[in-house]
Amino acid sequence: MKYIVAIIQPDRVDEVLQRLENKDIHLVTVTSVMGRGRQKGISEVYRSHKEAGSLLRKVKLEIAVNDEFLKPTIEAIMGGAKTGNIGDGKIFVLDLQDVIRIRTAEQGSVAVG
Amino acid sequence: MKPITARWSLLALLAYLTCSAVVPCLSRADDAVAVPAAPAVASTPAPKIDTGDTAWVLTSASLVLLMTPGLAFFYGGLVRRKNVLSVLQQCMMALALITVQWMLVGYSLSFGPDQGGLIGSLAWFALKGVGLDPNPDYAATIPHQAFMIFQAMFAIITPALIIGAFAERMKFSAYCIFILLWSTLVYDPVAHWVWGVGGFLHKMGALDFAGGTVVHINAGVAALAAALILKKRQGFPTKISPPHNLPFAVLGAGLLWFGWFGFNAGSALGANGLATAALVASHIAAAAAGLTWVLLDLAINKHMTMLGMITGAVAGLVAITPAAGFVNPVGALLIGITVSLICYFAVAFLKPRFGYDDSLDAFGVHGIGGMWGALATGLWATKTVNSAGADGLFFGNPAQFIIQIKAVLASAIYSFVVSWILFKVLDMTIGLRVSEQDERIGLDLTQHSEAGYTMID
Repeated sequence: MKYIVAIIQPDRVDEVLQRLENKDIHLVTVTSVMGRGRQKGISEVYRSHKEAGSLLRKVKLEIAVNDEFLKPTIEAIMGGAKTGNIGDGKIFVLDLQDVIRIRTAEQGSVAVG
Repeated sequence: MKPITARWSLLALLAYLTCSAVVPCLSRADDAVAVPAAPAVASTPAPKIDTGDTAWVLTSASLVLLMTPGLAFFYGGLVRRKNVLSVLQQCMMALALITVQWMLVGYSLSFGPDQGGLIGSLAWFALKGVGLDPNPDYAATIPHQAFMIFQAMFAIITPALIIGAFAERMKFSAYCIFILLWSTLVYDPVAHWVWGVGGFLHKMGALDFAGGTVVHINAGVAALAAALILKKRQGFPTKISPPHNLPFAVLGAGLLWFGWFGFNAGSALGANGLATAALVASHIAAAAAGLTWVLLDLAINKHMTMLGMITGAVAGLVAITPAAGFVNPVGALLIGITVSLICYFAVAFLKPRFGYDDSLDAFGVHGIGGMWGALATGLWATKTVNSAGADGLFFGNPAQFIIQIKAVLASAIYSFVVSWILFKVLDMTIGLRVSEQDERIGLDLTQHSEAGYTMID
């Protein structure tokens, strides 16, 4: 089992979710986050007082998958989120120790999907 | 100061208000008999109430009332999210507290029988004798109480304007005591000087149509004293987060602009041509000032900002306030353009140069804009708009400009000195600032036990 964390551009969320859906990957947690990478921030000005904006809005997706779904998930995210510009984001893949479905107490890979 | 001392001082304040309210109530029965029994002087016809004028002044009072919640949202949007309620509550507290102060003593001190040109007497304590018949000294065609309640709204918003200078760091108990004392010792006397029958600036011929001196210079200069005495917020100027909700600030500015029509056009005290001239002038000045500010934004910072647009519009409304019923539309346009040039400079260059933390630019916009408005009235006033007014410098009467300078100096110096003393005394006795820890946590939680926003649900 893997736990996939993807940081993507906010305007690519719909496209990524659609592509995940097409590959039968329905379970995803979406969070609005602030972050910083090589893209840097956009500075802001308030009554001529400049704010060196160092953070940008991003969206974080978290997806738990069984191993056979790892490749399709990464393909869906890459396909939907890539624009070719700095700031497209990153995908982190982590080993997932266990999953428990709260309603039924099912455990392990049967609880992932 | 310990919280318990703050609680006692607030209780004492309430006790003062209650006691002073009870005394005149005891004599109320006599008034009720006395009023109808008083025979009218045979030679002067009883003043007649005009329904149109009354409707307009009551409507204007309602419009000006809305400016205080509008100001609350204007300021509330500009602070950090942990302090949004503290600013809203300060504004609403001014509404409640100053209404009671006004009803008991404020109106009498401002407009009551003159005492040496400096202040009104307490003869109208608790609105004694302020009834439904017109008072021809102030407004001959509307009930005296209509004039009183219209003026009450001005007395409420003026101390609330000062909030901009000490936002995000002042103790709420100290705030309450401050605005009560400030209204009584600064607003009421200055209102009497300018508008009261017998007031010395009034007799000198100073022009102030709707309160440039009384409201904006007064509050703006007190704001400078506040910023100097309360000192900077922790982290100012580099570590302060930007406005937490600019859409709130735009909403507030919209309500202010709308309410300002009551403020300025209502000051004609009648539904007439003068009210129309004041409304038209106010709107033109606001629009011209907003436009000028964003053009400066574009020239200096490459973008037209939302905050710049609303700051400019408010500066325009501030500056046109004393001039509204005295200048023609072209004068209004010029006042709108010039005030943004001046206030932009004050906010963007003067404040960083001197380093005082006038957090929401109460001095930069209301103080500087108010002074410019009062001076500009002496430049562009013309009797063709208002025969009861005067001509300004550009209409062949330089003397009026000198009078305006004197009025600006008198009110600015008086307000600064008394505000300074009030802040100093409160700082030495009960303390003005919240603790460092409370400032970090935010005023909403530490002063009001509430949060503006929940995180979940």
